[in-house]
Amino acid sequence: MGLEQFKNRNIGTQTYRMLDLGQTPTRGSDKFKQVVKRTFKGELFVGLWVTLRAMINSLFRGELHTVKYPLEKLPISPRYRAIHDMLRLLESGHYRCIGCGLCEKICIANCISMNTRYDENQRKEVSEYTINFGRCIFCGYCAEVCPELAIVHGSRYENASEQRASFSLFEDMLTPIDKLSLQEEYDGFGAVTPYADDHIKKTPLAY
Amino acid sequence: MSDGKTVENLITITIDGKEYKAKEGEYILNAARANDVFIPAICYLTRCSPTLACRLCLVEADGKQVYACNSKVKEGLEIVTQTPNILEERRAIMEVYDVNHPLQCGVCDKSGECELQNYTLELAVDSQSYMIPDTKRETVNWSSVLHYDAALCIVCERCTTVCKDMIGDAALTTVKRGGAELDKTYKDTMPKDAYAMWNKLQKSVIAPSNGTEHTNCSDCGECIAVCPVGALSSRDFVYTSNAWELKRIPAVSAHSSDGFQIYYEVKPTSIEDRSEKIYRVTNEWNYVSLDGSARFAYDFENRNVTKNQEAFAHAIEAFKKAKTVRFNSVITNEEALMLQTLKEKTGLKLYNPEVRAFQKFLAHYAEASGQSLYSTDMDKIMKKSDFVISVGIALRNDSPGLKYAFNNVQKLNKGAGLYFHPVGDTLVPTFGKSVECFTHKAGLEEAALYLILDLFADKEKLPKEVKTYINSFKRISKEIIKEKVIKEVVETVTDEETGESKEVKKKVPETVEKEIEVEQNGLIELLGKESSAFTDTFTKMISKKETFSLMVGEDLYYHPKAENLAKLVALIEKTCAMDVVMVPPKSNALGVALICDLDDEAEGYTIGYNENGDFKLSALGEGDLDMPAMNQQEGTLTNMSKRVVPTNAALEYGGYELNDLVRELIGAPKETIGWTAKLPISKGFKAVEFDTLANGYTNDGVENRGYLLDILVKETQIPDVEKFDEEDTMEGETAYRCNPARQYSDFTDKAHEIFEPFALYASRAKAESLGEKVEVVFKSGSIMLDVIADDKILGDIVKVPDFKSAQNVYELFDGLRYQNVTIRKV
Repeated sequence: MGLEQFKNRNIGTQTYRMLDLGQTPTRGSDKFKQVVKRTFKGELFVGLWVTLRAMINSLFRGELHTVKYPLEKLPISPRYRAIHDMLRLLESGHYRCIGCGLCEKICIANCISMNTRYDENQRKEVSEYTINFGRCIFCGYCAEVCPELAIVHGSRYENASEQRASFSLFEDMLTPIDKLSLQEEYDGFGAVTPYADDHIKKTPLAY
Repeated sequence: MSDGKTVENLITITIDGKEYKAKEGEYILNAARANDVFIPAICYLTRCSPTLACRLCLVEADGKQVYACNSKVKEGLEIVTQTPNILEERRAIMEVYDVNHPLQCGVCDKSGECELQNYTLELAVDSQSYMIPDTKRETVNWSSVLHYDAALCIVCERCTTVCKDMIGDAALTTVKRGGAELDKTYKDTMPKDAYAMWNKLQKSVIAPSNGTEHTNCSDCGECIAVCPVGALSSRDFVYTSNAWELKRIPAVSAHSSDGFQIYYEVKPTSIEDRSEKIYRVTNEWNYVSLDGSARFAYDFENRNVTKNQEAFAHAIEAFKKAKTVRFNSVITNEEALMLQTLKEKTGLKLYNPEVRAFQKFLAHYAEASGQSLYSTDMDKIMKKSDFVISVGIALRNDSPGLKYAFNNVQKLNKGAGLYFHPVGDTLVPTFGKSVECFTHKAGLEEAALYLILDLFADKEKLPKEVKTYINSFKRISKEIIKEKVIKEVVETVTDEETGESKEVKKKVPETVEKEIEVEQNGLIELLGKESSAFTDTFTKMISKKETFSLMVGEDLYYHPKAENLAKLVALIEKTCAMDVVMVPPKSNALGVALICDLDDEAEGYTIGYNENGDFKLSALGEGDLDMPAMNQQEGTLTNMSKRVVPTNAALEYGGYELNDLVRELIGAPKETIGWTAKLPISKGFKAVEFDTLANGYTNDGVENRGYLLDILVKETQIPDVEKFDEEDTMEGETAYRCNPARQYSDFTDKAHEIFEPFALYASRAKAESLGEKVEVVFKSGSIMLDVIADDKILGDIVKVPDFKSAQNVYELFDGLRYQNVTIRKV
């Protein structure tokens, strides 16, 4: 297609309507008159009334449209990935973490570190555990790989801090023992799917 | 090593339709592994006898189902590794192994390097068809290092096999588990081999073989190394690290002269302290077995050292005014060469009582035999020898590697062995039925070598004087023996029915006393055995034996007649068709002996390198200038197998090294390993750069580490040997300089998993008579020691260790290994 043909191609029927803007004043006095006329017409108050109406509705009629953050927060999806929580066993209150080290291994930001030891009850004890939140990219692999659903992503997303790197220790993330009854089962990334039972073969037991 | 491959006859076999070469008489499994063909197997250990516990290695050979671990290859054998039936068996076996196996991989130390995990995945076990009630099995600590979690054990018996066939302690055995009986219906429904394997598995569990809860063994930890699952681990390592977190650094064990290849496994110390720490030592357990010092004495590093310039300046001054450097054998070849170069340029004396005697012995031997080095090593002995003789080695203590070889020859090569030593040992006779122990008087080592000449020498080759000398010990004595003779007797029998009498010939046995002439060998009697009884046993021992090896050790080097002993060893090698191996005393003694020109005496201002001195360079962290320990430096060591092997730095070191001092003094390469290519070619070393040295084993078990020393040969005459004095033995209270099994030096002592104290070791009877603490008085001084009873020692000779250099035990013994002492109770 040549340039002429391109310019003359069929682009359908146009239904544009021209606005009647009147004559553009050319003389100084006409220009002055137009300014005065527009200034005192009262359209300003039409606009202000919209704001005023919203203000009256929210202040006196309780029809508020925004959230009073930080006093109030929106509920977030269980799949949201924020600062980690360490969960406890509901029955015994013991922490769920068995110290297997899989989260440490899978962490692609290399921000998880742990020490384990053989404790007096012949169990593996997590003697120290830390996550470097300056490095964590909140990918959720740790929660996904955790065989016990011990490390999960919680909903604390306000992680601004004065220092570039802030570390969190095991105890900081662990459900406080007095709030055990409030601990919710994790439903997000890495949790057991609702239909998991249909996909496993049961191991026979001789009991 | 090239000679290993050319000697054996190669035959052709077919595995899964492809042709491969194999050594004649080799097991199918080994032949497959050597050719990189995978056949699953759990219970088999390369250098031990097949256990047939796991039955996974089922293959079809010429159409017949056999176990690859115990059937040998033959020319033209056609092997199929997978048939539907074999796959069914293998899958069933793995399912059985998974029955009731605790699902605690998450915490298990073995997770990630677990053979049960690997084979379960390899054979795609995704469901379970068998079940049985579980038995409660407790976790126990067998010794100060061994931790056994019976619940995880799959009873493959690798631990018991390695302990019996390789280590020789036979400290573990299978005992009854007391588990439930298998469901009878399984017998018909299950694959046959899987059922048989399960039936055995369900009945047994591993326990110490002495019937107690604790093993009385050398604590070498080889059972830990071979355990395919997490059942056996080191008490110190339990639950401290996952396999994948550890970085493996190939190195050489720093303590015994065996120079085993090891891997230091490191990771950061803790969350706060990111500097690396050694968590454990592992090894290629199919090809090398470690002793306790190699496995457990690993944390002897010199930590938190920085460059102290002031101390360095003092050290330089000290070197400038020093007359002698005193050092020991825990030193790399490169460092030894630095000291030798210092000696050549500045005239320093090099004093090393640990190595000097060995160096002299080696020189006398080389002079007499014409070979710069002895002819065999422990690997060759294990592979080829079927008759081993040990003279002057406290086998359990001096050289674990040779102890393993001695034992392995008995177990795998249907071998026999002679053990000559003044200190009686209860363990060595248990190595095999054909092991004879001579517990002779200290000082009679020459008699032992003469006896070997008498028993093994080609009499044609022996010089006449030696022959007459040996014959002078023999006398003919008359002995009355009782012999059974069958006699024919003629009897007259009367038939009762007919009344006829008949003559009947009857054969009646009768005992007759007979006088015969018996040759009595005075040498045997001198060495403490009854001549005729030993001669009979020996005839049985020697039958069908082809390859003979002689092991000699430190007792000979520190003998007053060491020179004559060295000549006798050379004579034995020349006339007896016998290979010889010598035990270098500790660590890199052979390297030092070859590289350094040692002096007999120290004089003047002395610099001690990990030893006493006026100025101390120390890797133990207590000297005037810090030095790196063996696990913090790279370099080469020369081990007993005459191999120059590379070792690497496992841990960081921030201070000065010997090379820095030498560079300041006389100029040197920038790095310690710059000296590697300069090692003396005239002594058999090669001009090879450190970075080109290999460090590993190939799949067929060929050692591919560093290089072998060249043996320089020159023509010599048959050596002249001297007679010995029968009376020249050590009578009365005798002390023997000998370390407990896992201790070698201050470095092993520093390690936290080595518990053997610096004490007097004696047989139980002797220890009871001595009480708890004694003062051992030598001519030149005395030493206070606690008394410890060692059930494996027999007799009255007591063992005084030398591993603490501060105690100066070498000087107390005054150049000998046996010394008359007075022991006072305290």
